[in-house]
Amino acid sequence: MAKQHVSFNLNGKKVDALVEPRDLLVHTIRETLNLTGTHIGCESSHCGACTVDLDGKSVKSCTVLAVQAEGSELKTVEGLADADGLHAVQQAFIQEHGLQCGFCTPGMLIRAYRFLQENPNPTEEEIRWGMSGNLCRCTGYQNIVKAVQTAAQTLQQA
Amino acid sequence: MDNTADMQEREDAIKGIGCSRKRKEDARFVQGTGRYVDDLKFPGMLFADMVRSPYAHARIKSINKEKALALPGVHAVLTADDLKPLNLHWMPTLAGDVQAVLADEKVHFQYQEVAVVIADDRYIAADAIELVEVEYEELDVLVDPHKAMADGAPVLREDLVGKMDGAHSKRVHDNHIFNWQAGEKEATDRVFEQAEITVKQDMYYPRVHPCPMETCGCVASFDKINEHLTVHLTSQAPHVVRTVVSMLSGIPESKIRIVSPDIGGGFGNKVGIYPGYVVSIVASIVLGVPVKWVEDRMENISTTAFARDYHMTGELAADSEGRIKALRVNVLADHGAFDACADPSKFPAGLMHICTGSYDVPVAHLNVDGVYTNKAPGGVAYRCSFRVTEAVYVIERTIDVLAQKLGIDKAEIRRRNFVKVEQFPYKTCMGWELDSGDYHTALEKVLTAVDYDALRKEQEEKRAQGELMGIGLCTFTEIVGAGPSRNCDILGVGMFDSAEIRVHPTGSVMARMGTITQGQGHQTTYAQIIASELGISSDEISIEEGDTDTAPYGLGTYGSRSTPVGGAATAVAARKIRAKAQKIAAHLLEVSENDLEWEVDRFKVKGVPGQEKTMKEVAWAAYNNVPEGMEPGLEAVDYYDPPNFTYPFGIYLCVLDIDKATGEADVRRFYALDDCGTRINPMIIEGQIHGGLTEGYAVAMGQEMPFDEQGNLMGNTLMDYFVPTFVETPHWETDYTVTPSPHHPLGAKGVAESPHVGSIPCFTSAVVDAFAHLDVTHMDMPHSAYRVWQQVHELGLDKSA
Amino acid sequence: MIPPEFEYSKATSIQDAIAQLGANEDAKLLAGGHSLLPMMKLRFAEPPHLIDINGIEELKGIRLDGDTICIGAMTTENELIESQILQQHCPLLVEAARLVADPQVRNRGTIGGDVVHGDPGNDHPAVMLALDATLVLQGPDGERQQSANGFFLGTYWNDLQEHEILVELRIPVIKPGVGHGYSKLKRKTGDYAVAGSPVVVELDGDVCSDIRIALTNVAPMAIRVEAAESLLRGKVIDDALIEQAAAEVIKACDPAEDLRGDVLYKSHMAAEMARRSIRAALQQARG
Repeated sequence: MAKQHVSFNLNGKKVDALVEPRDLLVHTIRETLNLTGTHIGCESSHCGACTVDLDGKSVKSCTVLAVQAEGSELKTVEGLADADGLHAVQQAFIQEHGLQCGFCTPGMLIRAYRFLQENPNPTEEEIRWGMSGNLCRCTGYQNIVKAVQTAAQTLQQA
Repeated sequence: MDNTADMQEREDAIKGIGCSRKRKEDARFVQGTGRYVDDLKFPGMLFADMVRSPYAHARIKSINKEKALALPGVHAVLTADDLKPLNLHWMPTLAGDVQAVLADEKVHFQYQEVAVVIADDRYIAADAIELVEVEYEELDVLVDPHKAMADGAPVLREDLVGKMDGAHSKRVHDNHIFNWQAGEKEATDRVFEQAEITVKQDMYYPRVHPCPMETCGCVASFDKINEHLTVHLTSQAPHVVRTVVSMLSGIPESKIRIVSPDIGGGFGNKVGIYPGYVVSIVASIVLGVPVKWVEDRMENISTTAFARDYHMTGELAADSEGRIKALRVNVLADHGAFDACADPSKFPAGLMHICTGSYDVPVAHLNVDGVYTNKAPGGVAYRCSFRVTEAVYVIERTIDVLAQKLGIDKAEIRRRNFVKVEQFPYKTCMGWELDSGDYHTALEKVLTAVDYDALRKEQEEKRAQGELMGIGLCTFTEIVGAGPSRNCDILGVGMFDSAEIRVHPTGSVMARMGTITQGQGHQTTYAQIIASELGISSDEISIEEGDTDTAPYGLGTYGSRSTPVGGAATAVAARKIRAKAQKIAAHLLEVSENDLEWEVDRFKVKGVPGQEKTMKEVAWAAYNNVPEGMEPGLEAVDYYDPPNFTYPFGIYLCVLDIDKATGEADVRRFYALDDCGTRINPMIIEGQIHGGLTEGYAVAMGQEMPFDEQGNLMGNTLMDYFVPTFVETPHWETDYTVTPSPHHPLGAKGVAESPHVGSIPCFTSAVVDAFAHLDVTHMDMPHSAYRVWQQVHELGLDKSA
Repeated sequence: MIPPEFEYSKATSIQDAIAQLGANEDAKLLAGGHSLLPMMKLRFAEPPHLIDINGIEELKGIRLDGDTICIGAMTTENELIESQILQQHCPLLVEAARLVADPQVRNRGTIGGDVVHGDPGNDHPAVMLALDATLVLQGPDGERQQSANGFFLGTYWNDLQEHEILVELRIPVIKPGVGHGYSKLKRKTGDYAVAGSPVVVELDGDVCSDIRIALTNVAPMAIRVEAAESLLRGKVIDDALIEQAAAEVIKACDPAEDLRGDVLYKSHMAAEMARRSIRAALQQARG
């Protein structure tokens, strides 16, 4: 199948890739663009390990075609930290022990990052609902909730 | 500065045992720079994908590879016939059986591997597997283990026909795998015959699957020039894999390197050797390039190591006060089509004979029969501690049944039967020596914390209103830290573990262990152990695991064995270093060794303030100023063969309310007290408890792997397989007591499987308790709203007023 | 995990999408993709051509046109939730959208896709029935409007004509005296309903002047329980009547037996969801 050229801004940098129409965005990010932080945990669009930030919204990159990302602003976990250091959500996850094996963590972070912009001062119930598209088997979620609360506080004080 | 304050400051600075320090591994995970198997890329790497059987039991009439091979980008299509010349079409399992690598003339379970396609990338491989044409002739399917040994049952293992000497016992039927017993049958039967009170309860512990977020996979890379094989794979036991691969392939272990990189959750799913690994290795050897195989989620749930599937009957003989006189347990174990159960080789039913639980049981008998069915192989997985989930379930359920029969409160009956603190170390009638415990204190602590009496009162009031409120209790004793090599081995290799520690001249440390973390935080906790032993900050201690080229031989991480065995090896190795360091310090201070005492991070001359040498100063000296006759350097290795298992324990209490209209159970409160002896990092322990409780919640309240009559597995995607989200998962309250293990160098026991082992019976206890006033004594899992509602409906409780 | 090969094109306008549907046999529209792509990844669906309609501006947006709310078919679930117009004038739709899937899926899944996809588990068809919505459809022969009532014919079967596209949904603004309820029983977040029931009730004083009771995932498609509605219309609704209505709901159910439950459970749950929704709707209508 003939490949198409697709171009978008990935973590602030313009990138190009040659993709087939059926190429899933998560594969293009991981294999063609070599950013392996975004993970794959299922093939039924449930687990959320593949979550990225696409034009300011959390989406599951396993259920988006690479061609659909043309011209977009894409952020992955690799784009959270900046020259000043780790993002508040990353610090908070470390602080509150919000990760164990680390596999669901990139998806959690990228979702938490966007969630706190949508809802900067969430209740616990809102956090649980807002993060319900991301599964974890290790932590039981409780410390991730704490991490999001801690990050919310930090971001509000900033 | 006051000496105590100074000592405390130094203690805090080393961040050793007891410190809830942040984890060292987090930095790479939060920045997306973890290295999991599917992240690995090598030049020329090809991708493998499996052709799988749609049928649970069928003969393979033909396999046509033509169309697949014709697809551009496809390099090879392998079947059992291609593996035969290498004698790799079958492989030994960890349970003394054999398992097909690729189906050899027949398939035994749905989704079994039939052929493997090797292609340029995973997209082409996915297309190619559809082009392999397999002709099947369906055979009668056996899914009910109760029918496995009936006359006329379909014979599953034609390769074993006539071989009635099984790996563990005589086989009494073609579908029989083993019979295994523990305890005293006659003595137990006699007690039951004469007992004042007996209870009997059938119960099923359903087949479930660990479902870690990362599926299984590998990259196999054979270097033809150097005849060297490297395999990166999701393994909880890399050294065992190396030994097995060497045995299977004939390549010497010295030319095999197995690497477990970052692993996205193990939970026992990543212990065994799967066909995907073997065919990738073969393909790499044949094609001379790296070959990657990573399974899908459906493949993971459908074919890799499942857990449980035990049909159990628990019986207790007691007096009218509820004092247990005897325990009798019978198990029918459904092992699927191949016995690939990851148990120590002498225990085909794992550590099931810990089923006397936390109680002083005078006599007991356990009988287990394993059978084949047309399902995927496995049995031991999912934080089970080698069948301890099943053992604790049967005793905790049965003692509740006894309590209900006698009208004795469920906490009180346990008090009456607990092993008393003065009885430790306590030898159970099944032969285990429980090292330490104080169950009574722990129970009282929990009951007080939740105000148990008030809860029972509330329950009475709610029952009067027709509401269903349940209080569940589970008081369990775990057995972890496999294990003493006299009775624990994996394929003949004793279950010791190891640590190798090296202190560098400028005082930082590198250490490697034979275990392998999959999220348990070993990079942090092992560093904390060494920090406390050597007085060097855990910040300056690097821990490595998982590379068989560098790590000393170990049996891996599962069954909560890292702290009991690996942690012990680490402490002992560190003490060897400290012993040498003491000699060096004495030499530097020009005193005798016996004049020195150790304090936090330094050797001090007794009674002479100011005369001291820190470990760091000793480290430097180790490389340039050692006493006469001593070799330079500061390192040690220890291979630790534990004298016994360790026995953590817990008291869990659950309060839930059932919505009669829908069957939904709302877990109002879950209080988990764990005693794992010495606590290395309380923050990490709490995280493990949260995770184990959540997995327990999933098992008890919704997970199942239903098969239809044709052996089709239903619900093998995350649409149906119940993995709770943030929203469903209850809030967990954790607590602890500390009863150190007398035989462990640090007094530490393992902990991470306890919450899983103990929570599942606790949830069941709570659900049943909600109906106990209506004479319900047991309900099988999962306690999904649908199943609970069926109980509600059967009792007519959903009729409107 | 990997979809089969297909051709891909973007549609620049509604007309363009219709034309492309006409020109490419068996082509399918790609809206949110969160029903279609998972099916393609499992190779349950293998359309040779996908026409991406995500870029068509005319399909987006929510506006108020007098007493009618007009919702573009490509409005995502999250856009429904965030819409001030809907929060004020049709909160049932907001409530229903909140219970669809999960946050990420709601950023892509569209109301239009959910309405026409045809899985009995899709949530919006029953909501459209309860709201007495009108579907605006456009095809090679021009635009037409159709009531939601009668549009849903069976599983993956509705009244969409050849090469037609759902363009907009029109819903009457909720007036005073009108209340709604929405109840959805599910095994976990992100799952389809075991049973779901949206209800809209209109009170005239104490008397129910109109009521619409719809059900999700307990029949081959979304249905209205007209037998239950007739029992309640024109009456003062009390507990006894609600029970009678619930009995009608059970009779009207024709659910598929699956891992979510058998026919008995699903029917009873449909009745319970309807009960809860009727009560909530009454409470709201009373103010």
